[in-house]
Amino acid sequence: MPERSQSSGVATAVTGTGYESVSVATRDVHLAFGRNQVLRGIDLEVGRGETACVIGPSGSGKSTLLRTINRLLEPDQGDILLDGVSVLDQDPDALRQRIGMVFQQFNLFPHMTVLRNVTLALRQLKRLSRDEATELALHHLDVVGLRHKADARPGRLSGGQQQRVAIARALAMSPRVMLFDEATSALDPELVKGVLSLMADLAAQGMTMVVVTHEMGFARQVADQVVFMDRGRVVEAGPPAELFEAPRSGRLQQFLSQVL
Amino acid sequence: METLRTLWETFFDLESMREALPEMLTVGLRNTLLLALISAILGTLLGMLLAIAGLSRTRWLRWPARIYTDVFRGLPAAVTILLIGVGLAPLGLTWWGPNPYPLGILALSLIAAAYIGEIFRSGIQSVEASQLEATRALGLSHGAAMRLVIIPQGVRRVLPAWVNQLIALIKDSSLVYFLGLVASQRELFRIGQDYAANTGNESALLLAGLFYLAITVPLTHLVNWVDRRLRDGRAGGGPDADSDSDSDDPVALAGETALPATGKGASHA
Repeated sequence: MPERSQSSGVATAVTGTGYESVSVATRDVHLAFGRNQVLRGIDLEVGRGETACVIGPSGSGKSTLLRTINRLLEPDQGDILLDGVSVLDQDPDALRQRIGMVFQQFNLFPHMTVLRNVTLALRQLKRLSRDEATELALHHLDVVGLRHKADARPGRLSGGQQQRVAIARALAMSPRVMLFDEATSALDPELVKGVLSLMADLAAQGMTMVVVTHEMGFARQVADQVVFMDRGRVVEAGPPAELFEAPRSGRLQQFLSQVL
Repeated sequence: METLRTLWETFFDLESMREALPEMLTVGLRNTLLLALISAILGTLLGMLLAIAGLSRTRWLRWPARIYTDVFRGLPAAVTILLIGVGLAPLGLTWWGPNPYPLGILALSLIAAAYIGEIFRSGIQSVEASQLEATRALGLSHGAAMRLVIIPQGVRRVLPAWVNQLIALIKDSSLVYFLGLVASQRELFRIGQDYAANTGNESALLLAGLFYLAITVPLTHLVNWVDRRLRDGRAGGGPDADSDSDSDDPVALAGETALPATGKGASHA
């Protein structure tokens, strides 16, 4: 994993600028699937340009929380705020254009080339011309180091390459926030580093990021804030040094002893 | 010996075949292809509408599609063709005169649509929900996501079944002879049958059968080829030949190599 300052210099040279980010907050978010209470009052504060890593055992509601932020799931109760403004009365499609999301299984469109995966939303939503969309897409593929794969189908790329294309696809829409849902969990171990270093670059350039992850090393080095969730609640949150070195709750101590 | 000779002459009387051949080529083949092609196009379009209606969240679209499919899949093709071709003949007479072709094509299209609709629906339903989620997460509407991402993938997966349905359609097109065709409208089967009646042997009908096989057997192999191609991944298939795929890759690290191209496998693992 590159040092933040160092990677920042490299990446900024590539992209030219940092990102115009917004803050993200959730207020007392509740969500149930039937009788199964998945989120039981989640409060989250992620400042502009900050990276929050959400950790916790599977089934703790991490991925569900992520999906309430871009309203792929609607909370039963509570509020979601971007820069202090509630998203719940905004048009969901317009909202999602401002929030990039990266999935565990990449979810590239297998019937399109890598380039078209990236240009699709630019053409459809930003109404860019073919040339403009292609230029922008190639720029972002360059950022993730896969410009030379523009004409390939996703199925011919490695998992790590696919995930980097998925990141380029999200970044091309100039999001104000990026959500990562276990972005490296489906990758072979040797492919994880490339994706993580890309995410670290993004964080260093001031992108607001909410990262659900099992990569404790990443959380420790990149996160401004680590959030430990268990059974639908935030059990503990704070700077990584605090959480990893001096966990207060028994459940976090137990979790860390299992994963570290 | 006498029996064998009779059998041989019944099916393989070359003289009868030679007699029927010109009309089969110029009239029969043309009409069969015309019937099948137009019905295939109409049936596919209507089938797509049925599939979309059948997957709709509104029951007022879902139920009619369901009922339509049950009816037209459940009726024998001959019954549908007669009911429409004869039943609507008075209407047809006022619209385009004494020509049974439009109604025959209509009946064939309606039947094909019921099957093709089910084929498309199952294909579209087989696309992973995560594809829809990813498309919606980019900000595309449900309709745009279906149109650009879900339906194209779903249809691709069922192309072999769709071609099979076209083969069935080509064979079923012979049933329009129920509707009473004038000489220039006869398709392969009817011409074969007419010559068989005149010559007193079945050789012309066998020739018609050979024509059908000449159309359907290549299509069957086309299905298999398409199927294989879709399975292997597109554009030649096989693993990525680009062995230095990551060498000029600033972000990638050593050891990241291309997975074998297992078609859709890699992205849906």
